Amino acid sequence: MNMRSVMRKLSGRSRSVSGPRSGPLLATHAPDAGPDASRGVMLYLEDITVSFDGFRALNALTLYVETGELRCIIGPNGAGKTTMMDVITGKTRPDTGSAWFGQTIDLLSLHEPEIAQAGIGRKFQKPTVFEQHTVFENLELAMAGDKSVWKWLTAKLTPQQLERIDEVLTTIGLTEQRRARAGALSHGQKQWLEIGMLLMQNPQLLLVDEPVAGMTPQEVERTAALLTSLAGKHSVVVVEHDMAFVRTLAGSHGRVTVLHEGSVLAEGSIDEVQANPKVIEVYLGE
Amino acid sequence: MRADRGGNVFLGVLLAVAILVPLLNVLVPESSPFHMSGYTVTLLGKYLTYAMLAIAVDLVWGYCGILSLGHAAFFALGGYAMGMYLMRQIGTRGVYGDPVLPDFMVFLNWKELPWFWHGFDHFGYAMLMVVLVPGLLALVFGWFAFRSRVTGVYLSIITQALTYALMLAFFRNDMGFGGNNGFTDFKELLGFNLQAPGTRAALFVCTAVALGASYLLCRYVVSSRAGRVVAAVRDAENRARFIGYKVESYKLWVFVFSAVLAGIAGALYVPQVGIINPSEFSPVNSIEVVIWVAIGGRGTLYGAVAGAVLVNYAKTYFTAALPSFWLYALGALFVLVTLFLPRGVVGALGRWRSTVRA
Repeated sequence: MNMRSVMRKLSGRSRSVSGPRSGPLLATHAPDAGPDASRGVMLYLEDITVSFDGFRALNALTLYVETGELRCIIGPNGAGKTTMMDVITGKTRPDTGSAWFGQTIDLLSLHEPEIAQAGIGRKFQKPTVFEQHTVFENLELAMAGDKSVWKWLTAKLTPQQLERIDEVLTTIGLTEQRRARAGALSHGQKQWLEIGMLLMQNPQLLLVDEPVAGMTPQEVERTAALLTSLAGKHSVVVVEHDMAFVRTLAGSHGRVTVLHEGSVLAEGSIDEVQANPKVIEVYLGE
Repeated sequence: MRADRGGNVFLGVLLAVAILVPLLNVLVPESSPFHMSGYTVTLLGKYLTYAMLAIAVDLVWGYCGILSLGHAAFFALGGYAMGMYLMRQIGTRGVYGDPVLPDFMVFLNWKELPWFWHGFDHFGYAMLMVVLVPGLLALVFGWFAFRSRVTGVYLSIITQALTYALMLAFFRNDMGFGGNNGFTDFKELLGFNLQAPGTRAALFVCTAVALGASYLLCRYVVSSRAGRVVAAVRDAENRARFIGYKVESYKLWVFVFSAVLAGIAGALYVPQVGIINPSEFSPVNSIEVVIWVAIGGRGTLYGAVAGAVLVNYAKTYFTAALPSFWLYALGALFVLVTLFLPRGVVGALGRWRSTVRA
């Protein structure tokens, strides 16, 4: 019996996780209401399997992320890191398994915009910002709220919203570039802007895919500080190749998950993981 | 706001044209060298309806990144709706003198009006159809296309297929739209004789007003927060989706709005040129519109107007002077603009002005 079923049993709700999804639970919880993370767990992934043309990108992957945690996920190429992000954000539908955001939001029944609105922000591997828009406009676009066409045709920024944008500009250190076109930013600045865009969404869970690829050492340092400062207020999941960076982020206590061939190979502190013979075999040892 | 200067220049010119052209035509006597002929007035009116169509295409292509190669279909549908009203207005003045049936139906031995022709004797109803028919087609087409995430060149190809299919359908006599010949020989609009100089001048003014209003409306849309979302969808569709925008809804909204504008432009076109037939659906027409926008400068709205007027003026000139040469000239123009003026004529003008000033 897996962790989530136990929790449901404990809370008096005995709905089987692997059974067919019945609607009512969902229908009564609009995604806009945000996740119910009252049990200390923000994200449940259970027995997720994804195959592409017979290749198993994810193989019965089970993973839990706690509220306010900064979790690093490492793994060699093809371990399924990006596919996992795709499943969480609604881009890819798994063949089997379940994915829940808090206690009440079934991620597998929602589309990308709904998942984003529910409170999951995603940073792509390649920095993806709106290059023709200014830094300010990028943040404005990402701001949380009702994002329907009719509303946006007449919407104006309120003083509180302006303040929020200024706050995020300070957090990501781009206050001076606020009027600059996002396309004119350096690679590192674009990465920070994208993280800032995630913050504007007010997400409970941030998924960050290889945030320091192609950065200078100074930029890496700033990014690590930025991500660490976000944990606590948000749950942050960082997918990363770079061991040194993972060590900086996770410190000696942070939990690190190693993926291999679509499932979890090891989990623990960075030291435990690095000492694990299976990990050494598939990832660290060549 | 970078767009404002060019846009304001355009609005000023449009206002001057809207006042001067009817004055020179109606008030200045024919003997005067300043007199403008009725032919020129309708020709300019036609350019302005094309300019409106170009604005509609610029909105979907320049701002939302949807390269529609089927927008002339919406234009033609609006035109057909207007044409149906004008046909009903002919009444007993047709060749066969039937009070209800248009000539082509009498000729085909039809005994009564098909159901979809009912109501077109009322101007208000016809105008409603001018908006509804292109709008609904765009809604249904866009809903399926965007929901299935058809983008890029694939979308362009199915828009071509759409307009081609409509062309084939409208060519058929039993569709009830006059087949090959379409509609022509219009007599009057709201009781005004379409041949009268006053009516032509009034139609010209209406077209200028509609063009100005479309421009202002589109400018409002693109500078609203929704407009910034639309441009964001164009530049990074997935990013927009993952920050919580229903990309499909935005695309659909812009596409339908643009189709409605195109339909209105078509409705203004038909009474001025006096004919509508299935060749308006021809795939080449839609491609030409895209070329006007590219030549004028996409993503500026007023650039689309400039492109539509310039290219059509050139077309009028060439098809009279060197008829066989026109398509080559158009192709060459497109290639040259793409190579040397990637931001079109207005983009080049803007750059030239800033270098002169510097």
